[in-house]
Amino acid sequence: MTDRSVRETLLDPAGVTEDQLATVLGAAFGPGTDGGDCYFQLICQEGWSLEDGLVKSASFNIERGVGIRVIAGEQTGFAYSDEITLPAMLEAGRTARSIARTGQSGSVAVRPGSSRDVPLYLPEDPLGSLDEGRKIELLKHVDQVARDADPRVTQVMCSLAGVREMILVLNAEGELVTDVRPLVRLNVQVLVEQGGRRESGSAGGGGRSGYLYFTEDDRAGAYAREAVRQALVNLEAVDAPAGTMKVVLGPGWPGVLLHEAIGHGLEGDFNRKGTSAFAGRIGERVAAPGITIVDDGTLPGRRGSLNVDDEGTVTQQTVLIEDGMLRGYMQDRLNGRLSGARSTGNGRRESYAHLPMPRMTNTYMLPGSHDPGEILASVDHGLYAVNFGGGQVDITSGKFVFSASEAYLIENGRITHPVKGATLIGNGPDVLTRVAMIGNDLELDTGVGTCGKEGQGVPVGVGQPTLRIDAMTVGGTRAA
Amino acid sequence: MDRSAEVQALSHTPESLEERVQMVLDHARSCGASAVQAVVSHSVGLGVTVRKGEVETLEYERDQHLALVAYFGQSRGSASTTDFSPTALRQTAEAACRIARHTEPDPHSGLPDPEEQARDWPDLALDHPWDCPSEQAIELAKRIEAAGFAVDPRVDNSEGATVSTRRAMSFLGDTQGFMGGYLSTRHSLSCALLARDAGGMQRDYDYSTARDPLGLAEPETVGREAARRALQRLGGRKLGTRQCPVLFAPEMARSLMGSLTRAVNGGAQYRRSSFLLDAAGEQLFPTWMRVEETPLLPGALGSAPFDSEGVRTRDRALIDGGVLQGYVLDSYAARRLGLRTTGNAGGTHNLTVHASPGDRDFRALLAEMGTGLLVTELIGQGVNLVTGDYSRGAAGFWVEQGEIAHAVEEITIAGNLRDIYRNIAAVGNDIDLRGNLRTGSILVEAMTVAGD
Repeated sequence: MTDRSVRETLLDPAGVTEDQLATVLGAAFGPGTDGGDCYFQLICQEGWSLEDGLVKSASFNIERGVGIRVIAGEQTGFAYSDEITLPAMLEAGRTARSIARTGQSGSVAVRPGSSRDVPLYLPEDPLGSLDEGRKIELLKHVDQVARDADPRVTQVMCSLAGVREMILVLNAEGELVTDVRPLVRLNVQVLVEQGGRRESGSAGGGGRSGYLYFTEDDRAGAYAREAVRQALVNLEAVDAPAGTMKVVLGPGWPGVLLHEAIGHGLEGDFNRKGTSAFAGRIGERVAAPGITIVDDGTLPGRRGSLNVDDEGTVTQQTVLIEDGMLRGYMQDRLNGRLSGARSTGNGRRESYAHLPMPRMTNTYMLPGSHDPGEILASVDHGLYAVNFGGGQVDITSGKFVFSASEAYLIENGRITHPVKGATLIGNGPDVLTRVAMIGNDLELDTGVGTCGKEGQGVPVGVGQPTLRIDAMTVGGTRAA
Repeated sequence: MDRSAEVQALSHTPESLEERVQMVLDHARSCGASAVQAVVSHSVGLGVTVRKGEVETLEYERDQHLALVAYFGQSRGSASTTDFSPTALRQTAEAACRIARHTEPDPHSGLPDPEEQARDWPDLALDHPWDCPSEQAIELAKRIEAAGFAVDPRVDNSEGATVSTRRAMSFLGDTQGFMGGYLSTRHSLSCALLARDAGGMQRDYDYSTARDPLGLAEPETVGREAARRALQRLGGRKLGTRQCPVLFAPEMARSLMGSLTRAVNGGAQYRRSSFLLDAAGEQLFPTWMRVEETPLLPGALGSAPFDSEGVRTRDRALIDGGVLQGYVLDSYAARRLGLRTTGNAGGTHNLTVHASPGDRDFRALLAEMGTGLLVTELIGQGVNLVTGDYSRGAAGFWVEQGEIAHAVEEITIAGNLRDIYRNIAAVGNDIDLRGNLRTGSILVEAMTVAGD
């Protein structure tokens, strides 16, 4: 039924019929081309924000359009239109087609593509999942919980965002696939002051569901308390150490390590082009024994999950590293075909106005056997980092960073005092060979990640158990 | 496949965009809004990427966008759409009004003081369409990349050379009588190349960007510079952890000074989330430093006759004699702080860092540093604007006696921005004009470098 409702929303208002779709396919594809697709999309999104205890601004945005991509060999022609009408589609199709050397029209029939038997999320509309009054109440609740948590809280900024995205992919072979993707997110940032010192803390989460996700088990209130806790820890933080030392990473969001150190370097486009430090290394050891890392777009309700990717391929779990050995790359259709591999369901794009490319979904490491307490107790001197901001990687040199926002010194196996945020830097192809202990406490993040690549942002997830890495460079200011 | 006519042609006339602004303003008023502001924009563009001598992508862009803010007294709501049909425009206006009925009143919200808005403005020479059909763009991209490959056999791979051109038009209007718009263009050449030796691969890039195609670098220059930069990074190694002087190359100095504009932004000030809280009048930089804003510079990348609220932009010194002269404000933040808007709704316009005297070039700065770290790349987000704590991944070169000794990678540089700004020892005259914030190299007396 999803299929029909998506067609009704995306195509029917513009009077676009199945015959017309076949006409567009015929004009854009056919002889001299090696595939491509028409990507129809409708995005409705809203954002409500609170500061000074008041919900004083909110916005609603709607974007609708179609992007047409024509592939000939390794070449891609691309054009898009904000109008979903036959003339606009034919124009975009012909423009994209200019990449191919011949101009003959073909004939392609439209038929259903493959779909997932049990959907990972419901095709609901998050924007309508709470009425306006209750959205405001939810934000005020977060504000209240944060302010009640500690008198040193001076400012609370909170935002609630919901997206309803509908896509329809019609590929050059005539396969038609649809998906309706809800996405919600709640973020809270607090400022605290004590004796003239100011610090901040932030927390949040979300996933592919409606806003009731935040009221279940009072998740919203938990984010508020977590943000305050972090800010208060930072009020006590001393200068971070500088230099190479043992680092213990907490479970969950610190998995951004895997996203930067390993994930990007294993995307199919960089490997086909030979620009990744991991290119040509399938079958080689790139991590310590016991380390298995997967990219998994099939986790129900998670921020990085998709029923089908943006090329209409059903998503899957892809093993990237198995017991320390490099097993596979993440592929979209173009890079898969050119590398003699299949798409792994990782073809993603920010919108109809952007080209798809291989992107991560939810990337995480499977758990090991060690108790987290045992891991901390094994370190004489090092850093315990439990929360991070973002990260970045140079996929060619393999150098990557991620910045801690909550960290502690470990001395003689015990956590002593909090230290200021610091950037950690390492080398992707060898950092995981220095993993000495893997915790039994795998956690996924709360649903806050957005990955940027070539200017396109897409929602992703990360996760890992507690890890001990025996040499990482910590970018503090104090001699270690 | 010559589609140049379409590349150059906008689908809307200025009059038709102005009409849409007016229509949305009128409709929101008829829904009960007491004041409304709307902006409509439209752009067309072409981007071509060539990799290893073959076309990789040919992208045609054509965008349109309408956004409005509706005020019901002191409550506000905003909405936007890419659908320009009359029905969609009405629905978008109604959505903003519906939201404004739910949000809570804020005594500081509202349109800017009409006295602050621009009434007339000079032609800033921002519109220079480039008659560059796709074949020509492909040829230029091929020339860029080929020149890079020709530099050295160790340059053996490419992420591609890109030629792009974009023309945009936007109109802003409000219900207190402001209506204004203009056309602008931006064209770019860029190239990212990989060099390889026994020690591994390195990637680097170069680019040229300008409003006028005549202001672009020669394609060969961009390719050769990308190759030179990638080659120079070969053989990079870590440093031992130490304190030393750090010289930020101009592109990196831009990001260092970008933290200043974020910290003195009105939002960070009224939220008390800035390490430069209430710092106007403070000596933040050495007395010989000055940072000027020149919004009306003809043809420059950051120029604008009015800001995104229609407030007139004007020349000013943000830093004079090293002292912070004011903040970066829109009218909302200004009202909250009891100040006047500085015409910075939407950001700053051509901030330029000056030294006095300003006669030292890059070589002179290297010589002044003597022994220290030259930073040519920074990665990660490790800047905490609330505390000023700064810790970022870096790559560059170790310099001894004013000469580059070897490439450096996998290190971090750290400090606190207040100390870093106060300890600036020199600013070069090698000003990078490729952005909205323009600065030469910046030499900082001492920072912590973390490595082995």
